[in-house]
Amino acid sequence: MKQYRIGLFIPCYIDMFYPQVGIATLELLQKLGQEVVYPDKQTCCGQPLANSGAEKEAIATYKHFVAQFRGFDYIVTPSGSCAYHVRHHFDILEQTDDVRQVRENTFELCEFLTDILQVEDLKIKFPHRVGLHQSCHGLRGLKLASASELIEQRYSKLRRLLEKAEGIELIELDRPDECCGFGGTFSIFEPDVSVKMGRDRIADHERHHAEYITSYDMSCLMHMEGIIRRQGKAIKVIHVAEILNRNSL
Amino acid sequence: MNSTHAENAAQFLADEPRANWHDETLWIVRQKRDKAAANIPEWERLRQQASAIKDEVLANLDVYLEQFEAAAIKNGATVFWAADAAEFNQIMLNIIRRHKAKNIVKSKSMLTEECGLNRFLQSQGVEVVDTDLGERIIQFRHEAPSHIVLPAIHLKRQEIGETFHEKLGTEAGNSDPTYLTRAARKHLREKFLAAEIAITGVNFAVAETGSVVVCTNEGNADMGVQSAPVQIHCMGLEKILPRQTDLGVFTRLLARNATGQAVTSYTSHYMQPKPEGAMYIVIVDNGRSARLANPKYIQSLKCIRCGGCMNTCPVYRRSGGHSYGYVIPGPIGSILAPHTHHYPDLPFASSLCGSCSNVCPVKIEIHEQLYHWRQDLMQHRQTSWLKRMAMKATGIALSGNRRYNTLGAVARWAVAHLPRKLLYLPVNTWGVGRELPQAPQQSFKAWYKTNNPSKKQTS
Ligand code: SF4
Repeated sequence: MKQYRIGLFIPCYIDMFYPQVGIATLELLQKLGQEVVYPDKQTCCGQPLANSGAEKEAIATYKHFVAQFRGFDYIVTPSGSCAYHVRHHFDILEQTDDVRQVRENTFELCEFLTDILQVEDLKIKFPHRVGLHQSCHGLRGLKLASASELIEQRYSKLRRLLEKAEGIELIELDRPDECCGFGGTFSIFEPDVSVKMGRDRIADHERHHAEYITSYDMSCLMHMEGIIRRQGKAIKVIHVAEILNRNSL
Repeated sequence: MNSTHAENAAQFLADEPRANWHDETLWIVRQKRDKAAANIPEWERLRQQASAIKDEVLANLDVYLEQFEAAAIKNGATVFWAADAAEFNQIMLNIIRRHKAKNIVKSKSMLTEECGLNRFLQSQGVEVVDTDLGERIIQFRHEAPSHIVLPAIHLKRQEIGETFHEKLGTEAGNSDPTYLTRAARKHLREKFLAAEIAITGVNFAVAETGSVVVCTNEGNADMGVQSAPVQIHCMGLEKILPRQTDLGVFTRLLARNATGQAVTSYTSHYMQPKPEGAMYIVIVDNGRSARLANPKYIQSLKCIRCGGCMNTCPVYRRSGGHSYGYVIPGPIGSILAPHTHHYPDLPFASSLCGSCSNVCPVKIEIHEQLYHWRQDLMQHRQTSWLKRMAMKATGIALSGNRRYNTLGAVARWAVAHLPRKLLYLPVNTWGVGRELPQAPQQSFKAWYKTNNPSKKQTS
């Protein structure tokens, strides 16, 4: 496996509330022989601002991001949504070499593992029934899986990484890729629809007896976890990095 | 409607079983669409082709419109141009008065909804009967359509039974669909037979032939046009297709994407007036040319009104068409609405999941357009002062490491230490149906400082 110098990008809410996801990502990449650096002055990709319409107010944050992450072979993050934002919405910055490189080289963890490192089998053991939540920005933005609306060959990078895990049972859902309703600040400005969407998504996983819902985006899982805890449900959420890091490499 | 989408949605969701029924009904339509689309191996190429044709039309609209007008006039039609809704309504009234018509039938046309034609004509003492079954139902109930293809989709069978009992004298309590449809058919037959003027919408207008094409499932456009001596076809100026051969691309996409049918039951081509009859075509601008001049948002004019983006939208399905307050609901309505004056909340009524853009047969990047509208509304101060200030402050906090770290520490401290009552005050809308995340011992950043063996940090 080739070795790269990787800038580890840990999105703000993961840094603040889900450090175990950051740790799993770091450990996994290190186990795969990568040189991982965590630029410790990093903050956020600015998406919460831009999705609320405050792209202008986010420019300083974008610039700060580029300054932290320039010069790496790759920038890897355990978030499809944030990776998509950097790649797609940093287009409003002046496209200097640094900006271009940062945008092109930012990868969501699963796609980095499948596309760049070309990992085949991570030798994981995870004897559980697991439902995949294919978060929207990763799915339709980064094309981490085929979207159900498109008439194309079916694939899923998340599924590919998980299906070889020993003992795992990946469940099928009634609605394979409906949005969970997190949607960034949508969750706050449209709380009723947001919560209803989340409840419906969780119910789909429950109907198929999933023990865990996993995703490459902790933000969706944070939203669903909030509903699960409020309703005292048994189903659990887990970031895919936490499953992938349980390997015996 | 003055309330916001979020408020209307909350109201819609208060009746959860009904909201579930609405969601499920439209999801079935989406599934039918998936099946129908999957039957066409070249589906994605077809979308590409449709999108390219529409781009070409918009880039040369002036030329095609003139070509269409000339051909239509040559065929014997009379063509009118309306700059806005008021002018359109006046033109319609003038035609009706000229022919001294009392009995007027109309097949489905979102354009006449947009211009408020029925209301205007009523104020002038002219009654129009909507002949599309769904439209007739909501006309009886004095409601607006909640969907552009399925205007009465918000109503249950029983409610329609009640309305028909009241308006058409059907048996009380009978809501058998066949029974109700027969009653509607009988009622509408009389209207068709007496019709002096038939008004239709237009799905496509072919520049090279000067003909207009109307797609229906009930044949009601034909019933009207064939029985009334005078026919009026109303179209937005973006409805043009250059060539007759382009039609095939769109008729293959339209019905499949709308309802999962291979083709609409009726695809009617109108070219000439009947002997002794008259044919009018009214071409309406009403804000379209302004949109045409705005390259950033021009693509919304490619819409062929299939309704696919509504059926797939997880927000639409759970808030209902009326929650948007604009004549065209759902994702496409939220990018078509004249935001800067009204409806500034509509671009925010989306989780930006992107499903709409993936189903759209003409490849409008609907969710990207919503994103851009959000930026513009914020810059033009169409969002609340509080929200703008909050965004400014967040922008400052997130752009510096120290400020960001403090923000995180405060958030973790608050979640861990504040009493529940305070944490879940009503201003915390996250808490409406969700718990806040639990606060970990330390942030990732703090963990990294003490635990990472390699000291290879860049800074
Ligand atoms: S925007 Fe696209 S999907 Fe929505 S109604 Fe128009 S053509 Fe159909």
